[in-house]
Amino acid sequence: MDETTEGSFQIIGGNFGNAGEASMQLKSKLTELGVNEAIIRRAAIATFEAEMNVIIYAAAGRLHYYINRDKITIKIDDMGPGIENIELAMQEGYSTAPDWVREMGWGAGMGLPNMKKNSDEFRIDSVVGEGTTIEIVINLS
Amino acid sequence: MTLREIAEILEADVVAGSDDLDVTIKNACSADMMSAVLYYHTPDSLLITGLTQPHVIRTAEIAGIKSIVFVLDKKPGADTIELARQKKIPILCTRFCMYTASGKLYEAGLPGCLFK
Ligand SMILES: Nc1ncnc2c1ncn2[C@@H]1O[C@H](COP(=O)(O)OP(=O)(O)O)[C@@H](O)[C@H]1O
Ligand SMILES: [Mg+2]
Repeated sequence: MDETTEGSFQIIGGNFGNAGEASMQLKSKLTELGVNEAIIRRAAIATFEAEMNVIIYAAAGRLHYYINRDKITIKIDDMGPGIENIELAMQEGYSTAPDWVREMGWGAGMGLPNMKKNSDEFRIDSVVGEGTTIEIVINLS
Repeated sequence: MTLREIAEILEADVVAGSDDLDVTIKNACSADMMSAVLYYHTPDSLLITGLTQPHVIRTAEIAGIKSIVFVLDKKPGADTIELARQKKIPILCTRFCMYTASGKLYEAGLPGCLFK
C-alpha cells in the first residue's frame, strides 16, 4: 500500500433507507486492501456513527477517506444546524434526537463517544447554522 | 452454540440464511439502541432486537455480528430480508419477547457478549 487510496460518498439527510451504505463501502475497501480485521471494525463503527449523525441531524454531507501505509483518515462534513456545545454533545448519553429517531434505534447519545473511542485521533469542529466537520484518524501500524 | 440450536430453543422461523444454520455463535447481546450494539464487542455474536429496518442489518454487518433474532413475532420487510441475504446474515423470528428469548438462550449456556 504505497500509494494513497481515497474516495468519497454523498450522504443525504433523512435518508434512513440507505443508512450505513457509505460505511459499508469503506469497510469493503479496507477488506480489499487486506487491513487487519480489528482495525476495519473500529473504522467502520466510527464512520457509521458519523454517517448516522449526518442522516439524523443535517440536510446533507460528504464523507471522504484517505488510506495510506500508516493510517486511515476519514473526514465527514455536513451542512446542518451545527453543535452549540461540543463538550456537552460529547458526553455519553447526551442526545437531542427526537422520539421518531429513537424508535428507529438511534439517539442513545453514544455516537460521538463511540467515534472517539474507536479512533486514534478525533477532531470535531462545528459552526452553528453552518455545519459540522469531523476527522477520524486510525493508525495502521 | 449453533444457529440451528438457537432456532430450536426460540421455536423460531428462519426468514433468511436457512442454509447457514451450522454457524457457531459464541455470545449474544440484546438491544434496540444501535449505538449500544456498536459499543459492545460483538464479533461472532448474535443480536436479539425488536427493530427490523434495513439499517439494523447494516449495523450488524459493521459490528461483525453473525446473525439476528427479531423478537415478538416482528416480521421484517422484503428490503431487510434481501439485504440480510446479500450480507449473509441469517435472520430468525421468534414469538418470544426480548427478555424471554435472552433468558432461554442464557439458560441454555449462551453467554452475554463483552464490553470492550
Ligand atoms: N452532525 C451533527 N449536526 C448537528 N448536531 C449534531 C451532529 N452530530 C451530533 N450532534 C448533536 O450531538 C448530540 C450527540 O450526538 P451523538 O453522540 O452522536 O448521540 P445521538 O446521535 O445518539 O444523539 C446529538 O443528539 C446532536 O444534538
Ligand atoms: Mg449519533
